[in-house]
This record gives sequence, structure tokens and C-alpha cells, in this order.
Amino acid sequence: MKEGFRQAMAWLHTWVGLIFGWLLFAIFLTGTLAYFKDEITHWMQPEVQAHPLDDARSLTVAQAYLQQHAPDAARWFITLPNSRDPGLSVMWQDKLDPGKRGNFVQKVVDPVSGEAVLARDSKGGEFFYRFHFQLQMPHPWGRWLSTLAAMVMFVALITGIITHKKIFKDFFTFRPRKGQRSWLDGHNAVGVLVLPFHLMITYSSLVIFMSMVMPAPIMASYGADTRAFFSEMFPATDNAPALGQPAPLQSLVPMYTQARAQWAGGQVGRLAVNNPGDVNASVNIFRAGSDRVAQDFGSMVSFNGATGELLRVGGGQSLPALIGGTFYGLHMGHFATPVLRWLYFICGLAGTAMIGTGLVMWLGKRQLKHARTGVMPYELRLVETLNIASMSGLLIAIGAFFWANRLLPASFAERSDWEVQAFFIAWGLSLLHAALRRGRRGWIEQLSCAALLLGAVPLLNAITTEQHLGVSLARGDWAMAGFDLTCLGSGVFLAWAAWKMRCRMAPQPTAERALGLNLTREAR
Amino acid sequence: MKSKTTLPISYRLAVTSRALAAVFGGYLIASLAAVCMALWLPTSRADAVVTGMMSSFVFYLLAVLWCFACRTAWRAWFGVMLPTAAFATLAGVGLWMART
Repeated sequence: MKEGFRQAMAWLHTWVGLIFGWLLFAIFLTGTLAYFKDEITHWMQPEVQAHPLDDARSLTVAQAYLQQHAPDAARWFITLPNSRDPGLSVMWQDKLDPGKRGNFVQKVVDPVSGEAVLARDSKGGEFFYRFHFQLQMPHPWGRWLSTLAAMVMFVALITGIITHKKIFKDFFTFRPRKGQRSWLDGHNAVGVLVLPFHLMITYSSLVIFMSMVMPAPIMASYGADTRAFFSEMFPATDNAPALGQPAPLQSLVPMYTQARAQWAGGQVGRLAVNNPGDVNASVNIFRAGSDRVAQDFGSMVSFNGATGELLRVGGGQSLPALIGGTFYGLHMGHFATPVLRWLYFICGLAGTAMIGTGLVMWLGKRQLKHARTGVMPYELRLVETLNIASMSGLLIAIGAFFWANRLLPASFAERSDWEVQAFFIAWGLSLLHAALRRGRRGWIEQLSCAALLLGAVPLLNAITTEQHLGVSLARGDWAMAGFDLTCLGSGVFLAWAAWKMRCRMAPQPTAERALGLNLTREAR
Repeated sequence: MKSKTTLPISYRLAVTSRALAAVFGGYLIASLAAVCMALWLPTSRADAVVTGMMSSFVFYLLAVLWCFACRTAWRAWFGVMLPTAAFATLAGVGLWMART
């Protein structure tokens, strides 16, 4: 490391990018899918019907359902349907044991008929959302690892910017069909084009988990009583304890109307009812996260459930809390309208592509040296295998997850777990395949497989449900139709990529030689 | 940084040493900087803590960049230890003042 500053930064960029690239690729792609998590869930639970939104009706139905099925529960939670998620979700907790978490029961209720919907057991889009920061690891290790990956991403971004000095001039340089050079141009172009998104998404992921990964300042200011910090930050919902005297719960609808008036017409996201059926029942109405960019967890109105009297209006943030809430809100994108949501999705894909092109370039550059002999050292073989399995293998795993959702019978025990198993089994098999089939052959076969799996999703949907494209488009169910069409589009794109790679391979008998010759020409 | 086979063991040890300084030293600097802000910023206690936590990652980043940009691995450690000592002193004074 006796070179200049920029070379040192390029070195750091190269190596942290390699070591964390595979993990970051998976985090970025699944996180990008999570922007459409409600839509994915809708596709994966086609039994949940969408109805025109009517909050008052939904609320009455939810209250009646809970009154009938869980009158003695300690707490109720009601999540109202919205334009993205058509399900009216109710949840209750039987008993509040201090220090122990009571069991939650969750049901999706039809907001018109008032009956529980018998939807197939599926994690839906929630799986991608959870995976992108928990990585299917036990708590809290997955969160730590993904936050570490975010820190590495931050380092990789800044070192990338330093390395890439002529950031704007180079942006207009794209040299297509030039092998290694094109990969570099592409890497730079997607990197720079959505740079604000990259910086925002990376830094905000650090901010989201900051109290977990950076607890020292809390301990320094609050000592052992770290709870005091959280109750100062998120003003505690110190609800009155149950008195044990029964009293009927008032209708929730007038409280809903009052709460919305407090927010000048803002939307309600979730309601929590503590001790329903007690004189000390309390109703907390939380504002929807989609109302504003900055997330404010304290934005709620509470009522006495037995009298309907307004107790407290929470909310309002200090400047640092507002900045933190803005980072949180920007990362989650709850506020995003359809157009903005697609922009988020495209930016996420661009980030994924930036990581992918970086990994491909790392290998391509080093393969050059071994092009003549045709013998690749063990490390390069390993990187090649991991590149194939982490990129095209992940696409296959996503496809397998969707297929499992349609093919596993609804009565199957632990069905949603088996969908997840299908995801990981497919990913594992693709790793095995990548280890056995070398170079371009591995890429082509896996990309073709992913293209087939994703491209055939509309067909699969048409065969297994009554929600095929003709129906969903005619009814204006854009989540259902959009999912089918996006899968079809991805399938076509992947097929094109596989075909492109095949064309490159065809004139030469072996993949390695074709790649090698191409690259040596570029290197001059 | 040329061919992998010609890299001497001392070079590899130096890189490992820099990486350790970056990961652990960087975290130490970030934590202590955050603690200093939490104790010294003239805002409410909770706000000072949030500001400290939120900006700590920038200190982490700067420490990592330093560890790989400086000329030797020894300098990397020196460059990590100096701000650590400064922040630790500042934090210590802050804690002592809060106690009394």
C-alpha cells in the first residue's frame, strides 16, 4: 500500500466489495422486492378479496368479530385495509404476563361478510422483507450481520466515489460490446445515476438499527436504565391497568372519526384496544405510516374505551427525532404512491445490478491472467461458483418460492414453512449446480431455469386459480395483474440474458477460451 | 498488490492488522464519539443520544478510510488510538460531571 490515496481506496473498494458482495446482492434484491410486499402477499393469498375501502364498515366488522371471538383478551389489534393490502387483519393477545409475551392470534377478516377468510397459509411478501434484514438467522444475529453489511456498503460507496474521480464526465461514457470495459461503464453508470438512492438506503439502514448496534451513548446517558431512553423517545403508552369491573366497549367508529379530525384528515393505520370490556379499557389509534415521509411512532390518539372520552394526543418530534424518522420513512417508502413505488423498485434493482456488475468485473479481470493456460486457480473457481449461485441462483430460489405457493396443497401442514424451505432448497441446489458446471455454461443454464420459472408464473397462476390476467386486468386488480406481468417481464429479460451469453459462447468451442480472447482484446 | 503468489507474509500480516484496526478501532472511535455527543450536546438527553448514534457511522467510516489510506499499519493503529484517547478523555470528563 505504497501507492496514492486513490489507489488505496480502489483496493479497499475491490476487496470489501468482493467479500460482502454476495450477501449484499441478496439483501438488495430481496429488499427491493419488499417494496411490493403487500402486492406479493396479495398474489400469494388470492383468497383475500379486495373490496372498495370503507373504514367505518371495516371497523364495525372487526369490533363485532373480536367481541364474539375474543371478548376476554387482554389486547386487540386491528389493522385496516388500504389500497395496497386488501385484508382486514385482527389480532389478539389472551393474557398479559409481565416478562412473558402472551400468544398472539391473528386472523384476516372479510370486511364485508365479517367472516374469517380461509386464506392459504403463506408468509407472502413478508418473507422477503424479513429475510432482507434478518437473513433467516436467529435473533439478533441476522440483524447484526445485515447492519454490518450496510456499514461495508457505506464504505464501498464512499471509496467507490473517491476512486471514480471524473464522476460526471465518465457518466456519459458507455462503451457497449467491449467486454470488461462495458461492465465497468455499466457499474459506474448505475452507481452514479442512483447515487442519492444508494447513499440514502445505506445510511438509513444504519440509522434504523442504531440503538442495537451503537448502544454506548444510551448506556452513558441513562446508565442501566436503557428503557428510560425508549420511553422518552417514544412516549410510553402508559395505559391504565384493568380494574376488573366489566363495562361495555363503546363503538370504535366515533373515536376513529375524532382521531382523524386531530390529524386534519390523516389516515388511520392501526388500532390497539387494551382491556376491552373493562371500565378502564383504552383505545389507541395510530396514524398510518403512509401519511407522511417521516415516521413518527408516537403519532396516536388515545381514548377511554368505556366512555369514549379523548385522553391524550401524542406525536410531534424534536429535530433529531424528525431526522431519524425521516431516514426510517425514506428507507421503508410507506408514503410512496404507485409511481414513486416503481421508482423505488427500479432504484433497488439498479443497486442490485451495481453489486452484480462489480462481482462479475472482479472475476473477469483476474481470469484474464489465466486465459492462456486455461487453468483457473482454486480461489477464482470459488468466486465464480459463488457469483453464479448468489445471483442467478437467488433468482431461481425466488421463482421456486412462488411456484411452491401455488403447488403446495392448501391443507399441507406447516405450509408457509415449506414455501420457505422450497426457497432455500432451490438456492442450495443452484449452488451445487454452479460448483459442477463451470463458467458460462453454469450461467446460461441457471439463467434459463430462472427465466422459465418466472416467465411461466402467469401461466401457473391461470391454471391454479381463477385470477388469471384476463380476470385481474378486467377487474382492475392491479396488484394481481402487476405481479403476473412483472414476473413475465423478468422471465423475458432473463431469457434474453441467457440467449446473449449463448451467442457470445457459440463461435468458440470452450467458454473459457471465448471469454479469455475477448478479454485480452479489451486489455490492449 | 501484484500477483497473489508473490505477496510476502509480512504484507498479509500488515493487511490483517489494518483490517483489525479498521473494524474494532473504528467501532471504538464511533462509540466514543457518540458518547461524547450524548453527554456534551446542549439539547435534551434523548435528543443528544439520538444525534450521537445517528452521526457515529460517519466517524466509523472516516476511521476505516484512514486505516487503509495511511502509509503503514503502525500509523493505522496510531491514527485510531489518538482520537480514541481524546474522545475517551472528553467522555470521562462528561461522565464525571454528570455524576457530581
